Amino acid sequence: MNRQFKILYKTSIIILAILATLLIGSVILITIDAEIFRTYLVILTEPLKTKIQFTEVLIRAIPLSIIALGITVAYRAGIINIGAEGQMAIGILTSTAAALAFYNVPRPFNIIIIVLAGALGGGIWGFIPGILKAKLKVSELLSTVMLNYIAAQVYTFFLRGPMIDPAELTLGSGTPQSMRLEKSVWLERLIKGTRLHTGIFIVILLAILIYVLLWKTSFGYKLRAAGASSKAAKYGGIKVAFFITISMVISGAFAGIAGGVEVIGVHHRAIEGITGGYGFSGLVVALFGGLHPAGILPASFFFGLLLVGADMTQRIVGVPANMVQVLEGIIILVIVSAQQVMNDKYLMDKIWKKINTKEAN
Amino acid sequence: MSKITSLRMENITKTFPGMKALDKVTIEVNEGEIFALVGENGAGKTTLMNVLMGLYQSDSGCILLNGQKVCFSSPNDSFGCGLGMVHQRYMLVPNLTVKENIALGLKKAWKKVKIDMDFVVSKIKEIGDKYDLVVDPDAYIWQLSVGEQQKVELVKTLCLGAKFLILDEPTSALTPQEIDELIQLLKTMNKKLPIIFISHKLKEVKDLSNKIAILRHGKIVFYGKTSDYSSSDIAALMTGREVKMPENNEEKEFGDYVLELKNVNVKSIRGFLALNDLNLKIRAGEIMGLAGVSGNGQLELAQIINGLRKVNSGEILFLNDHIEKLHPIDIINKGMGYIPEDRNTEGIVPSFSIKENLVLKDIETEKFSKHKIINYKAINTNADELKEQFDIRCVNTSLSAGSLSGGNIQKVILAREIARKPKFLVAVYPTRGLDMGAAQFIHSKLLEMRQNGVGILLISEELDEIFNLSDNIAVIFKGHIQTVLPAKKATRRDIGMLMAGVNNE
Amino acid sequence: MDFVFNILALGIPFSVALLLASLGEMFNQRSGIFNLGCEGIMAMGAFIGILVPYAAGHGGPTPEIFNLFGILAGALVGALLGLVFGLVVITFKAKQGIAGIGMQLFCVGTAGTLFRHFVGGTQSVPGIGNLDIPILSEIPILGSILFSHNILVYIAFLFVPISAYILFKTPWGLRVRAVGTYPRAADSLGINVNRVRFQALAVGGALAGLAGAYLSLCQAKMFSDEMIAGRGFIAVALVYFGHWSPVKIMWGALLFSLAQSFQLAIQGQGINFPYEFAVMLPYVLVILTLAFSRDKKKQAPAALGIPFDREKRI
Repeated sequence: MNRQFKILYKTSIIILAILATLLIGSVILITIDAEIFRTYLVILTEPLKTKIQFTEVLIRAIPLSIIALGITVAYRAGIINIGAEGQMAIGILTSTAAALAFYNVPRPFNIIIIVLAGALGGGIWGFIPGILKAKLKVSELLSTVMLNYIAAQVYTFFLRGPMIDPAELTLGSGTPQSMRLEKSVWLERLIKGTRLHTGIFIVILLAILIYVLLWKTSFGYKLRAAGASSKAAKYGGIKVAFFITISMVISGAFAGIAGGVEVIGVHHRAIEGITGGYGFSGLVVALFGGLHPAGILPASFFFGLLLVGADMTQRIVGVPANMVQVLEGIIILVIVSAQQVMNDKYLMDKIWKKINTKEAN
Repeated sequence: MSKITSLRMENITKTFPGMKALDKVTIEVNEGEIFALVGENGAGKTTLMNVLMGLYQSDSGCILLNGQKVCFSSPNDSFGCGLGMVHQRYMLVPNLTVKENIALGLKKAWKKVKIDMDFVVSKIKEIGDKYDLVVDPDAYIWQLSVGEQQKVELVKTLCLGAKFLILDEPTSALTPQEIDELIQLLKTMNKKLPIIFISHKLKEVKDLSNKIAILRHGKIVFYGKTSDYSSSDIAALMTGREVKMPENNEEKEFGDYVLELKNVNVKSIRGFLALNDLNLKIRAGEIMGLAGVSGNGQLELAQIINGLRKVNSGEILFLNDHIEKLHPIDIINKGMGYIPEDRNTEGIVPSFSIKENLVLKDIETEKFSKHKIINYKAINTNADELKEQFDIRCVNTSLSAGSLSGGNIQKVILAREIARKPKFLVAVYPTRGLDMGAAQFIHSKLLEMRQNGVGILLISEELDEIFNLSDNIAVIFKGHIQTVLPAKKATRRDIGMLMAGVNNE
Repeated sequence: MDFVFNILALGIPFSVALLLASLGEMFNQRSGIFNLGCEGIMAMGAFIGILVPYAAGHGGPTPEIFNLFGILAGALVGALLGLVFGLVVITFKAKQGIAGIGMQLFCVGTAGTLFRHFVGGTQSVPGIGNLDIPILSEIPILGSILFSHNILVYIAFLFVPISAYILFKTPWGLRVRAVGTYPRAADSLGINVNRVRFQALAVGGALAGLAGAYLSLCQAKMFSDEMIAGRGFIAVALVYFGHWSPVKIMWGALLFSLAQSFQLAIQGQGINFPYEFAVMLPYVLVILTLAFSRDKKKQAPAALGIPFDREKRI
């Protein structure tokens, strides 16, 4: 078997995967009588048409990439973190609380405190499933999902209760939201007239940090070994339980940071719906980006595009925004299937043999 | 179903990704014959039998039963023709009973919505009476000993209508006495059906078979009557050369006690004592061979020495310090080396590169990472050096370690451990599944370490290996060291009895 | 005392969806596969359950029979989705955990999309009403707790002994257990491991779809995006908690639904207990039981989560 064949094999699988995604999505679209080509066109190109929409894509990409970077750390340690949604919510609460308390602290220190507060909140919410897995072997798949639901309730509780905007109480309207944050804690807008904020620099900083951490440090080596083969790592003296826990803390902290950044960069107060599916979308971005910062950055742009595009499809082609969830699901299924097929040496061998015997005849 | 009077496999070829497992192999077995299929690990014996049973599809060649061509695309086909196989790793579902395991294959017992257990039990009794193979239908498999499980496997294949029996390494994991019993049983059964058995143990081959075929690298290199050849002839034919395995013949002075285990008790998950008041002392430069039937506590012993498992009571002293409460990394840093049982899942991280694997235990040392930042240059140089020294066959050290052959993976592990200059080495089944060449290399390295004053605990199932390399032999039975004998003074007979629990002290 | 009766009376019907989905997942896991997409399959089942009577009646009054068709359609769609999952994790041998999440996103998204297109809004349906068993339902206290339920409730609890029989007494059940513990042994006997797993997934999917249809037609009597609220995941957790055994799973389902009905009963009483904390209760309970469930490893099907590959050299 030669190199050419291997490259051809892997490329064809990637192409098949893309086609499969589009095809399966089309099936759903056909069921709802939508124009297939036009829908995909809207999703993929409409947001790029105006400056404002383009920046909206970047705005979505910011929390997506931060969350995806965090999920990557956990994934590489062998843990699938489905709990980013909840970790982000708790991070929003803690960073909003910090923002309300420390708005007077001079910049940039107040921003740093707020971001760290977000990291703390998310980190704690990530610590719980981490330690449960490390010490009690509780499946993180189930614990993180449960914690998402719990976090959602905690979030609503705080926004309706202790952290509610005093203005809401006097007005009697009871919208669950926090007080508006002082301008001193807002992230600067980069482009006038748009909502694009300096959070984008935080993204780049974190991406570099993760790259160095995972591939250039002994810490990262041990983390990756623990994820690649926990038994061999254990036999090699690596404290796998520690790495499981710490990777979940980091993962949660990143989701918390994403939450904090959304609050001080975009909404300027804690409201309902900020997390809006970012937890799951972040997971897809991480997978799509090959669990590497270099892939995650463009992947988060792509999914930001999908999110904004899907918002527009209801208006333009009558396709409900839920379609984005459908596509995300299909993409995950296709990626995990394609990965296995690509690594299947026996299949590659079978096809190679078939081609050879065909040629021989 | 009529008797099987002749079975012929003709020109069978089978390739797996990257290797040719079988190359135009032809064998024939007739009524009244016990046929031995012999060869080193990796020669292709099991693959050939799996093709015969329909588990693998051959690329070319055919199978003839009683002169008729047959085609087996799944085990169902081979069962239907009367073939039955007892695999090396028993195909018994542990948490089901004996009768459930047999019912699983006995399609006649499958009524639409119920299993006819009475039918199954009566069949078990019928076979038991006919062949003098008695098993308890209601016992759970996990409750049975290895020897008893093998009986169940034999009963199962016969219940499923076997008229031709294939046995893969039937004597692994049996005591010498159980092996004698099995040989008698098979000779009796041979009167009723032909038998093929796979083995690399020459003594059994000589005792049991009347015809023999030797496979080397997927090719038949010899085929004939067993009685015409001696064991050493067969050994030479198996490996293709005069094999001289390294032997420990040198008398020497040993150093101080490096490793001491005192009154160690370890409970297993199922509640019984995996290690029972275990005492053992090994000196620097001494090779202590640990003989025993697998499953008597060897793995637990290796694990507690390396800190991978905690003792319930007792002491472990390494270089005169207590290590029973230490974390594995601390024991590693004290100078403990370990070649684990399962090289693929315990010895290497398969997806990491060879060079990354070579520094698995040392990544935090000054040499390979300064202030936590990895020094890739040092890792590369280290890998190149070790590749040379240990003859690790690979295109380059950036390839994933999992893509290497078994022998080369073991070399990577050995290289890593030796390079660390350990004071003690625990080697568990170090040559299991490896061909003679790789085994020879590993044995010579172990003797070298002995020269350099390293204490070695050699855990092995192969008595040859133990007798060749050890200074002293300890026998473990049900988690307890029965006795320690100097290798030169011990006989296979004695060791065999001790392995079976017979203690003449 | 009213409070306690309320909890019990509500607890039993609340447990049906969990029970059905969990029994289904039990078959999956017994064969060696865990399907986190259960939640999504329930969502699709819920949607299809509503869709059939709605479409039949074109928004107007519907003949009762279509409710039955809705239930059956929900189960059928669930079975199909189970097979789709099989394609991903058996044929393509993808990692089951993450594939399950993909399945969940896909199904929940599809249910939401199709609902918005075909039905839209917050339509409530008459659904399937309660059935009072003659005589038995007149027993004071016990009568209203045990004998005045929807017919599906009784069917669901009947599935418990039926599942036990299927799993432990039938040839298929034996194959499922073998395949989930030591597939290679089953394979060596000529059993098609993958086919058995596909069958188990179909059964599991059907039960999950049925559970979803129950939720929309009998319990909530409507459909919304968030209506499954994690029950699919809880169902998966229940299988661990119930040690892969139908009767223990039933008790687990009852326990968790009691936690759920606790929340409603509290509100009924007007007790000043934060609403959100009451809603949280079942989820917290799941984590606690997962954390303190001992010895799970011993009883889990040994081959759970591992794709079967005959050609893989051992």
